[in-house]
Amino acid sequence: MSRTLVDVRSLKKYYPVTGGVFRRRIADVRAVDGVDLSLDRGECLGLVGESGCGKTTLGKTILRLHTATDGRIYFGQDPAQVESVEAMLRSTDPAERTRGRTLSRTMDLNRMKGRALLALRQKIQVVFQDPTNSLDPRMLVKNIVAEPLTAQKLVSAREVESRVLELLGIVGLTSDHLMRYPHEFSGGQRQRIAIARALATSPEFILMDEPTSALDVSVQAQILNLLKKLQAEFHLTYLFVTHHLLVVKYISNRIAVMYLGKIVELGPTADIFARPLHPYTRALLSAIPVPDPDTKREKIILSGDVPNPINPPAGCRFHPRCRHAREICRTMEPPLEKADSGGRTVACHRWREI
Amino acid sequence: MEPLVEPKPTTAGTLAATQDLFTNFYTFEGVVRALNGVSVVIRHGETYGLVGESGCGKSVTVRSLMRIVQAPGRIDSGKILLFLNEANRTRGIEIVDRTEAYMESIRGCDISMIFQEPGAALNPVMSVLDQVGESYRFHRMQQMIDETLARLQESRSAMRPADPRRALRRLQAALLRAERAGYARYAARVARIDNELYQLEDRQDEKARDRKRSLNHARDRTWPHGGGASVARRVPILRRYRRPLDAIIRGHVVELLRSLGIPNPENVVQRYPHELSGGMQQRIVIAMALACHPTLLVADEPTSNLDVTIQAQIVELIKELKRTSISSVLFITHDLGLVAEVCDRVTVMYAGDVSETASVRELFREPLHPYTVGLLASVPKAEQQEELSMIPGAVPNLIRPPQGCRFHPRCPKRMEICEREKPATVEHEPGHWVACHLYPGNGRSAQ
Repeated sequence: MSRTLVDVRSLKKYYPVTGGVFRRRIADVRAVDGVDLSLDRGECLGLVGESGCGKTTLGKTILRLHTATDGRIYFGQDPAQVESVEAMLRSTDPAERTRGRTLSRTMDLNRMKGRALLALRQKIQVVFQDPTNSLDPRMLVKNIVAEPLTAQKLVSAREVESRVLELLGIVGLTSDHLMRYPHEFSGGQRQRIAIARALATSPEFILMDEPTSALDVSVQAQILNLLKKLQAEFHLTYLFVTHHLLVVKYISNRIAVMYLGKIVELGPTADIFARPLHPYTRALLSAIPVPDPDTKREKIILSGDVPNPINPPAGCRFHPRCRHAREICRTMEPPLEKADSGGRTVACHRWREI
Repeated sequence: MEPLVEPKPTTAGTLAATQDLFTNFYTFEGVVRALNGVSVVIRHGETYGLVGESGCGKSVTVRSLMRIVQAPGRIDSGKILLFLNEANRTRGIEIVDRTEAYMESIRGCDISMIFQEPGAALNPVMSVLDQVGESYRFHRMQQMIDETLARLQESRSAMRPADPRRALRRLQAALLRAERAGYARYAARVARIDNELYQLEDRQDEKARDRKRSLNHARDRTWPHGGGASVARRVPILRRYRRPLDAIIRGHVVELLRSLGIPNPENVVQRYPHELSGGMQQRIVIAMALACHPTLLVADEPTSNLDVTIQAQIVELIKELKRTSISSVLFITHDLGLVAEVCDRVTVMYAGDVSETASVRELFREPLHPYTVGLLASVPKAEQQEELSMIPGAVPNLIRPPQGCRFHPRCPKRMEICEREKPATVEHEPGHWVACHLYPGNGRSAQ
């Protein structure tokens, strides 16, 4: 088994903006604009950024709840094969590129169909932000948790109930809860049900789309500890989308910081918190309120708001809010480049100087 | 049980206080006992924090304080005292029984509030100018008419004696003066009624109660009509005499938005809420709250729906305002990090009870109540290495709250007495109040 589980290559997701009499496409909302990302088996990658930066869209595109506009998503493929296909797609020879496209059809999650896709869906699951909305209010807990099992025809009808009970036990619920409706539960318990449902198909990869942001702090701690325990127990890979940086720090091995549809910095959690390189990451980290009245830090207060992704700023997308911006930032888009040997990458022209 | 009140509200420097407040919601499923005898004291010049999880009653406490508890909620017993100015600083004004009209004259003027969700707090069909300007129209009409009259006088004296516009100016001034007189009469009448109500406040006999009721009715019926100009205000062409007032309001609003760091305020005032970003909308809500320079600014989770970078901007703005223009801030949040950053004193609430009140430093250094200890431990720290500790269970349903101490089912240090008796609030150390059986009173509890 290879180390890499999910490999995302130059992924783009544009939403059309239509206008005029004929509803022509007049512009695009570039929610995700060229993201390269890879997740190793058993790791937790935290994806952070402000609202509207495309982190949820990226997650949902990887799940193929949205179909990407462009780019490839390889899930559980042989890295050598992926590299050879990518090399073909990059080549200058058109025939070679066509061959690459044909080959990638069976490997690229974004272009899969039918049975192959259904089989992969079993390996990929999701826990959404607000359990009040993600659980059907008219279904019993029993049926909610059993639905993935029956949809995927994983167990016989006879065994469903015992499997459901087992799942509920894993997340800390009991058989008393089987015949109830979601509204009878508290927020934390609802989120546990959603987690049980995600675990039903024994997935390898779970997208956590802000699983704790609708919960209270004391309950949030319970859920975070549960998620950590499950990850170790079932060797799960998490993509943890959140805007809460301390939560990410607690749960993730690596962090990817997104800004306006692009990843601006990526690296091991401890490194990023110890020495953020990108000015946006620095501002984000300095803005976290620290629960300790005695620490007084200098805060970097960013001016203005996140720009409109329909018409993102030229050059570096962060430059209008960046206090280190120079001429080059206004004209040239910085590539995501390696910053050290520890697997840190950063997209900034001036990270060495500032 | 004798109601135990935290520090005596008559202590010098108190701005607002609630005493043993019970607010209940009479819902279809049963009575939700949202506040279970809440006593808090907000002093002049401090930033006071109210923390707790959702459903702990922090929002209901401030809504009771502002008397905006919505049906089916009701303040059932307890006192709310305000010590706004020198005249009532010794005894305070009790506002639970006051009329709605009286509350309207205080809300948005002496006490104002920033609501949680700017998208819901703003009216989508009113422009920014109208929404922010509403406070001026409501509370500052008299001053603005005075200002306009002075300006008219100036422009008239600059004209030649034969100028025909002078007659128009004179008519305009006459109408404004008539309106001004109407407001003055209203203010005098209201002041008389309020004064008498204040005198009667402590008397409970039959006669005083009847008199209070009739005064309250009279207060509700009184309204600032336009005096002699009330007809002119309704006739389209004549209505133009009020145009200078609109110009003044516009000037005030633009100035206010500029002082809040909103770029290009002349343009922003014409916009509608949906055209603005979340951070900008929150600034508009803050502007509405600040329009009349309140003594107490209540901020109900002002940043909970905003991004961290925008949150930092808003928090910085509130701190700045606290330094420059408002006396006290009541800051409600569930984020302990924000509390540590913003507040001077904090009250931790749980399920409608006050658990602990202390200065911020004291609370973070030495939390006493088991709930506070658990809450502080369950927040991920910047240097978190070991497993997060957590409070087992969930917030109880307040229709059938636990007997005795409401925290006892989740408490790691539960004792037998906790299930039977609600703990009294005692001053464990000077300025550090806690309601828990672990800390029995040592004589300083009762007042």
